[in-house]
Amino acid sequence: MKDYFKVTTRTIVATGLGAALFMLLFMYVKVPSPIPETSLQTAYGLGAFFAVLFGPIAGGLIAFIGHALSDALQYGSPWWSWVIASGVCGFAYGLAYKKTGVEEGEFKGKSIVVFNIIQIVGNIIAWVVIAPVLDIVIYKEPVNLVFTQGIVAAAMNSVTVAIIGTLLLVAYNATRTQKGSLDKE
Amino acid sequence: MNSKLFSYNYIDTPVHRLSGLTKLIAFLFLTFAVMFSYDIRVILLVMVFSLFVLRLSKIKYRQIRLMVIYVAVFIITNAIITFFFSPEEGVKIYGTRHVLFKIAGPYVVTQEQLFYQLTKLFKYSSVIPLGITFLLTTNPSEFASALNGVGVHYKAAYAVSLTLRYFPDIQREYRNISLSQQARGLDMSKKAGFATRVKNALLIIIPLVFSTLDRIELISNAMDLRGFGKHNRRSWFSKKPFTTSDFIALFISVLIFTGTILVSVFINHGRFYNPFI
Repeated sequence: MKDYFKVTTRTIVATGLGAALFMLLFMYVKVPSPIPETSLQTAYGLGAFFAVLFGPIAGGLIAFIGHALSDALQYGSPWWSWVIASGVCGFAYGLAYKKTGVEEGEFKGKSIVVFNIIQIVGNIIAWVVIAPVLDIVIYKEPVNLVFTQGIVAAAMNSVTVAIIGTLLLVAYNATRTQKGSLDKE
Repeated sequence: MNSKLFSYNYIDTPVHRLSGLTKLIAFLFLTFAVMFSYDIRVILLVMVFSLFVLRLSKIKYRQIRLMVIYVAVFIITNAIITFFFSPEEGVKIYGTRHVLFKIAGPYVVTQEQLFYQLTKLFKYSSVIPLGITFLLTTNPSEFASALNGVGVHYKAAYAVSLTLRYFPDIQREYRNISLSQQARGLDMSKKAGFATRVKNALLIIIPLVFSTLDRIELISNAMDLRGFGKHNRRSWFSKKPFTTSDFIALFISVLIFTGTILVSVFINHGRFYNPFI
């Protein structure tokens, strides 16, 4: 368990560059979904990918910093309740760190299911519980409005991570050498 | 696409001369004050103050036009959906009901709802000038030292500084990849269907991510070789020492913050100001 929270120089650098990528995708690469007025935020797929590779601390910070800075750039000031929820979901994605075997080239079948269960649970906690509750506590937004927004966000982000996150991990997996792939002749 | 992250450039104004740490603390105090209060008098006061600071820092409209448009769209959308989802929110908060006119079904415009939404509109727009001033007058490399100054661990602060440092690079790379994929016939327009567009987004993201992963290895090796993270503290190259004006700025922001809290506790007895009773 201690491994999950170890912060090395590599974690820091991955956090910094991951957050820059997250920011970029968050602002420029949105895919409009078939449902009107909503779009898939590809940034969360990327956040999940980095979280699985570098652990929950990196995942949480990437989503938090990336979301806060892109909000600041676009709106002048971050919307704190959703920025915090982003951080929480990034952290939750990171709980799949070392559970998927992607570094050993074994990301298939069962690992894909494990990764997706973790990310869906993480999204539900972040967007259906934390974001609306903070919206009410911090901003006193109307209750039914924030929960509807939260449920839509959770669904959209789960779909995004399931598509983009999984495919990125599969692509990364293909570049890794499998354990025991060498035979003695 | 603007390739410079914050269009920060140094002009000699009192706001630019303040240390980054002061500006961060003042920004946090003032935004928390506005976030906490639902009293339109307090909010308008902070708004006037923040517009004054914006003016003092000589920011031109050209620099912030895009932000202003985004914010206006956000605030208007928020106002419409708030009314759509809970037209009686104001009545619930203030406890009285003065009907102005009816629209249809449950959608009745009341004075309370109008007052609530007006307060909210000013509440959200009053922090924007503060955020803009903070972003445009703070040197990005001083930002990390300011974060460390308010108690964020230096490793996290350093991650933020890396983000700010590498964002323009990654943006440039994104543009190169995107253009070369389009030259090869990738359809980025609205004509393509949903599945194709997801696939096309991936065709840009994958090369971007893999080149970033290589860069992570390179940078972290370089930082390790220079002994990054060996100690519990570090010093910052771009840290400004405090001056008298820093203390004055801090004093004003603390004053506004405590003032807001005191008004809520002793005058309004809650976060809302109720003119209806």
